[in-house]
Amino acid sequence: MKNFFAELINDRFMIAAVLLFGLGFMNLLLQKNLIKKIIGFNVMDSSIFLFLASQGYINGRIAPIITNGVFDAEVYINPIPSGLVLTGIVVSVSVTAFFLALTVRLYGIYKTVDFDEIMLLINKEAE
Amino acid sequence: MNKETNFFKRLNDWVNGEADRLFPELQETDTPKAPEPVATIGPLPNKDVLFLTSYQAVALIVVIGMVSILLYTVYKLPLFGVADNPAVNEVVERYVEKGLEETGAVNVVAGMILDYRAFDTLGESSVLLLAITSVMMLLLKDEKNTDPDEELIEAHEAVIEDHNRDMILQTMTIILMPAIMLYGIYVILNGHLSPGGGFSGGAILGAGLILFASGFGHNRVKKFFNMNTFRALTTTALLGYGILKTYSFLLGANHLPTGIPLGIPGAIFSSGLIFVLDICVGLIVACTMYGFFSVFSRGEI
Amino acid sequence: MNVIYELILIVFLFVCAIGAFLSERLLIAVVIFMSYSLVMSVIWALLQSPDLAITEAAVGAGVSGILFFITLKRIHALKGTKDE
Repeated sequence: MKNFFAELINDRFMIAAVLLFGLGFMNLLLQKNLIKKIIGFNVMDSSIFLFLASQGYINGRIAPIITNGVFDAEVYINPIPSGLVLTGIVVSVSVTAFFLALTVRLYGIYKTVDFDEIMLLINKEAE
Repeated sequence: MNKETNFFKRLNDWVNGEADRLFPELQETDTPKAPEPVATIGPLPNKDVLFLTSYQAVALIVVIGMVSILLYTVYKLPLFGVADNPAVNEVVERYVEKGLEETGAVNVVAGMILDYRAFDTLGESSVLLLAITSVMMLLLKDEKNTDPDEELIEAHEAVIEDHNRDMILQTMTIILMPAIMLYGIYVILNGHLSPGGGFSGGAILGAGLILFASGFGHNRVKKFFNMNTFRALTTTALLGYGILKTYSFLLGANHLPTGIPLGIPGAIFSSGLIFVLDICVGLIVACTMYGFFSVFSRGEI
Repeated sequence: MNVIYELILIVFLFVCAIGAFLSERLLIAVVIFMSYSLVMSVIWALLQSPDLAITEAAVGAGVSGILFFITLKRIHALKGTKDE
């Protein structure tokens, strides 16, 4: 039992990332307001970046900037996941901007930001 | 006594954001109301209610199932922060030990994303250009997608804004703008020596331009940053980056040594081509961030 | 000692995420989302990745929040009205 709690605290970032992913995904599917759906999507994205960046950390080592001429790979953390996440953050803000532009155009036509009402109006137009 | 409770009640309402009732004689004139929603929603038909409840149940089951599978995967993964992770292999040793000799960058992450894995950064810059192009396609104003009611409301609000320019915002913009631009240029140029690089410096520059545009109005910015400048900067930067780095596919993915010398590690003009590529990425990010703000709020750049 | 700091910051993350989803007014949800980005940036500084911390602070809490505010103005959800 004590071993289980010690492992739980050791893996704190990965468990927090998975739980935040579930929270964000549930809000993306179940919320009625479009803006809250986009906030849920962003929370999902950030949690995945937390998971990736926590795979590169090694206890007791410092950030990967070469100081004092020490070239040993045993002194720095793993720099590769950091590079992957850097690209991901900028892609995430681009997709958020595109979603928000679509929301503004939807509001211009249907005058509401509620997902159920928009589906009702589309069904009424189709009849 | 009555005046005190009145004041405290008004203070309480103002803190809660209910209404601007703390100083009631300084209210602005009212802007025209938003347009009324078009449809009147009655009770939903029966099959829609069935569909909605089953959709919510299935969504809940899918999310809980996915989270439990992921938690089990986390339980089986190697532990966090232990040095004999399988992710730490000979690639990391090569990047850290030979990084300074081959790329000349003191910051290992910047040297990695702009020299060893420069193609990923090209893909990311094109995603930015694609995003700003799609947003421009959706939101730019021309004759076909303007609504006369919306235009009337926006013209009314623009006249009100031009008359009450906010004095606090203008004073703080005059004080903070040079510092923000200088800091953004510093972060871009020092990308290979300290944490930062093209993305962060470009975002800081873009945020500085947004502050200037919201403090002084759109017309002041249009004097030095209009559609032609935007087009010239983004296409030149992206094409330049593409030409400088994709020749290696035609040569069998081996680097040709460029004519630029690597220099002394630790000086600003070191690390060869990374300096030029940093500036290209920074320009694209700054123009895109300001472009998003401008297209969203005005409908034109 | 570092472990206790990180656990407290993770609890802040959860509180910010749940608060952003349960609030009725859209303006408050966006402000809580910007503070979620800020706490994420501090966590990345504690995980020894300074590039990510600077970029997330500039992009997540800065530009992304501004885009949300401008969208809220365009859909007329500001000026103290509660969302429907």
